[in-house]
Amino acid sequence: MDLQIALLLGQDGIVNGAVYALLALALVLVFAVTRVIFIPQGEFVAFGALTLASFQAGKTPGTLWLLIGMGVAVAAIDSFSAWQSRRPRRILQVVGWNLAYPLLVGAAIRYGAPQEWPLALQVLFAMAVVVPLGPMIYRLAYQPLAEASVLVLLIVSVAIHMALVGLGLLFFGAEGSRTTPFSDASFQLGDLMVNGQSLWVVAASAALIVVLYVFFERTLYGKALRATAINRTGARLMGISTTMAGKLSFLLAVGIGALSGILIAPITTVYYDTGFLIGLKGFVGAIVGGMASYPVAAAGAVLVGLLESFSSFWASAFKEVIVFTMIIPVLVWRSLTTHHVEEDE
Amino acid sequence: MKMKSLAVGLAAAAFAALAQADINVGVIVSATGPAASLGIPEKNTVALLPTTIAGQKINYIVLDDASDTTTAVKNTRKLIAEDKVDVVVGSTITPNSLAMIDVVAEGETPMISMAASSKIVDPANPKVKWVFKTPQNDVQMSTAIVEHMTTHGVKTVAFIGFSDAYGEGWYNEFAKVAEARHLQIVANERYNRADTSVTGQVLKIMSAKPDAVLIAGSGTPAALPQVALMERGYKGKFYQTHGVANNDFLRVVGKNVEGTFLPAGPVLVAAQLPDSNPIKKVALDYVTKYEKAYGKGSVSTFGAHAWDASRLLFDAIPVALKKAKPGSKEFRAALRDAIEGLKNVTLAHGISNMSPTDHLGFDQRARVMVKIENGAWKLQ
Repeated sequence: MDLQIALLLGQDGIVNGAVYALLALALVLVFAVTRVIFIPQGEFVAFGALTLASFQAGKTPGTLWLLIGMGVAVAAIDSFSAWQSRRPRRILQVVGWNLAYPLLVGAAIRYGAPQEWPLALQVLFAMAVVVPLGPMIYRLAYQPLAEASVLVLLIVSVAIHMALVGLGLLFFGAEGSRTTPFSDASFQLGDLMVNGQSLWVVAASAALIVVLYVFFERTLYGKALRATAINRTGARLMGISTTMAGKLSFLLAVGIGALSGILIAPITTVYYDTGFLIGLKGFVGAIVGGMASYPVAAAGAVLVGLLESFSSFWASAFKEVIVFTMIIPVLVWRSLTTHHVEEDE
Repeated sequence: MKMKSLAVGLAAAAFAALAQADINVGVIVSATGPAASLGIPEKNTVALLPTTIAGQKINYIVLDDASDTTTAVKNTRKLIAEDKVDVVVGSTITPNSLAMIDVVAEGETPMISMAASSKIVDPANPKVKWVFKTPQNDVQMSTAIVEHMTTHGVKTVAFIGFSDAYGEGWYNEFAKVAEARHLQIVANERYNRADTSVTGQVLKIMSAKPDAVLIAGSGTPAALPQVALMERGYKGKFYQTHGVANNDFLRVVGKNVEGTFLPAGPVLVAAQLPDSNPIKKVALDYVTKYEKAYGKGSVSTFGAHAWDASRLLFDAIPVALKKAKPGSKEFRAALRDAIEGLKNVTLAHGISNMSPTDHLGFDQRARVMVKIENGAWKLQ
């Protein structure tokens, strides 16, 4: 191994690590606010990428039907409870967001011609289809169980993961897709050849991390999320709706997932079940951060990316073994350094 | 839940049918899970199969094993014990088919596998008496690749395959044949079908400077190493396996695969076969029927293995019917004997001559070398 190979592997590791870092942040966010270990996080990577690929292939993505279907379910449940508590204006709001919005997006996709749209508009619409699924899933699956134990929430996550993988196979078929790159440019950096798309991945991840930082530090909603993460009961006493916090954190997590998928789709082939493994590696990063610390989680995820890249050179058959074995020393180290507190349920 | 009620419904239908002594064919495919790209076309093909053979009504009972070995075994037990099937067709992949052998031998029911490995019909195993298969053996395919390499001046070759039974099986077969033909394997790498990057493996292959690279993957995931090698400026020859022989592969790799070689069943290039080849008629018949039902360009070679299994039954069932009534132990034994006695059956993938020591029966006519030219398969 010479310096050039090491540099190439390092570059590859950082590009992969950037995506894992985004997912690790999303997992930490969801866990801190709602105590849900969001296993289906990875599925939205695949949904985002494959929805965009469907636009480019001139097909109507199956995720649109999922959006409309879940919208109908949420609208029905929420309108019924609003009608029972006699809040007619709330019904209007619920129907607007969960019924009118998906139908409008659907109409734009059916009657527009997404295949000929500029890439930016395609990306925007792919996000518009996938991202609202987050709050809808929270409403349907987690909100009724919001006070349940972490274990129950984990079991629900596994169930949703299974359901979404199955739906992914139904929507997009077993074979993978690639999308057109954001830029075809490539730069010569000494011995190193850097292509435009990997710069996009790293830059977009870095930008998103900054945006998240500003969101949590400077905005009211961000502070509300942090307050909920620190103390749920205290936050409620201060007038912060935990339901709103849950929906918002799912919106952000699914948004991050879908965007990661859209970023990597031009450099790799994405399959209906690609997301799970990517999500799992983000999860390793999140564990390094103890499911609590954002910067440590992001650093851990980049470390996973680098480890993966170098181990694929040295011992490609054992790559996953090496990456996932990393959890063991991390857990040992964490259990030795942190004081264990029994969670009171 | 839906699967279960479907299965119950099918079972009920099967019991109702039992009274009239119809022939029950149990089919196990991997229509979901990692092998879905192979299992779905097989499942689609079952819907096109004839519903009467020699005047007897045929009931197909299709179960999905989710590419999982335990489920495949469970489904086989269910088909034999509850549905009283006369023959089991399946499963899609090698590990599942190997696990099913014990069950069908115990239940004395003939089985026709749609998986590749020659181990499935290894004559050294006495239980294999009940097992037949329709896909070409992997050793047949790797011999074809090595022959093509040596006659085209390839001296060194790098191997990159799936880190599962498919990649491992291919490496073992390929290494054996390559050694005999003095072909040097300079790199041996693995990757996962869901990997997003193969940079490490590709750099290692590049530094070994091989004349050719063999990629042992199936379906669209086999595209990743080739695209990565092209991006890094690799100039040598590319070989793929017959696992990529579907149009989705061409769609995903685009212009990166020009000039790639692969061995495949003749059905892949049915229209290009000479008219004198008897396989052409059978293969074209399958392609036309499949594309009529599922759209142009949807056909793949994998579904044809299910078609071939039904062709074997089509010839064997009339023979077995003379000896016993369907639904009985005697009929299953007669059917087994009839399949083993089949000679010169023209299938979409080749011409089969079964014998007690060869439960596949294919010869050289069952494989062709194909080159990818202008985004299409071209017979060599």
